[in-house]
Amino acid sequence: MARRESDGPTKTDIDMTPMIDMTFQLITFFMFTLNFSNAVQDDRVQLPTSQLAKPADAAAEDPITLQVWPDKDGQTKVIYNGEAIRVPDIGGYLEQEKRILVDAGRKPAEATLIVRGDGRVMTGEVQDLIKICQEKGFERFVLRAQYDERK
Amino acid sequence: MAKRESLPDKINIDMTPMIDCVFQLITFFMLTLKTVFVEGDFDIRMPLGPSGGAPSETPPVIVRVKMSADPNGELAGISMNGSPVGGFDQLRQKIVGIVGLNSGPGGAENTEVELDCDYGLKYVNVVNAITAVSGVPQGDGAVVELVKKIKFTAPKKRK
Repeated sequence: MARRESDGPTKTDIDMTPMIDMTFQLITFFMFTLNFSNAVQDDRVQLPTSQLAKPADAAAEDPITLQVWPDKDGQTKVIYNGEAIRVPDIGGYLEQEKRILVDAGRKPAEATLIVRGDGRVMTGEVQDLIKICQEKGFERFVLRAQYDERK
Repeated sequence: MAKRESLPDKINIDMTPMIDCVFQLITFFMLTLKTVFVEGDFDIRMPLGPSGGAPSETPPVIVRVKMSADPNGELAGISMNGSPVGGFDQLRQKIVGIVGLNSGPGGAENTEVELDCDYGLKYVNVVNAITAVSGVPQGDGAVVELVKKIKFTAPKKRK
């Protein structure tokens, strides 16, 4: 049997530099891909897909996102700032938005209402929501869909 | 003057707390990672009483697309200007027949599509109809635009 040369060093120094480099790169990656837009992109909303729904070149002016979604009971709710509200009750929240815009010297007609409608909700309820928005003075609307990349 | 004590050749920094902290950060970021799908917008003109815009020289050609729903909210039928249409592909073909693929005066620019939908119709059908009337996707990802001016009729009453 071969004899060991020695008992070995008492402490092994592992070079941690590559691991720390890699770890910091991972952190950087995750930080850049972190999405803070939970309030405007709710997972519960299943957007309809469209091959023509390509992202806009410029960001919308004064965007207000309203997400229309059928809850577990089948009732249509509007998700506004993370809160689920019944469609007829959205008027009060829009009134607040309107006041904020007016205080900032803007008009509600200049704001863009982004409607992220779930494909399962009734069209009439989306139209009811839009009507409430119109009554509060909002005029610009965009309907949001998920881009379908099929060729 | 106080005499400096001799420093060791190599200072061993304890990296353990930093590595712990860094791994916690990674775990946090990994758990909060969310896949975001690409989303796009359709601009829609909404009737708010009489139109406030200046009247154009030539009145627009209005194409009325009516979509009816069955009791489950599924699409039961489409009609364009009163005549039945077989589906969204046929609707697109009919729109191409009206405005042509070459946009210009008298074509897509002067054409409006008015969507008249049943209250209970599932919203996905509206997006499909808007997709059908607003462009023709080409194989290379390009889109030939058709009608840009799309609006809804006034909302109907819930049945």
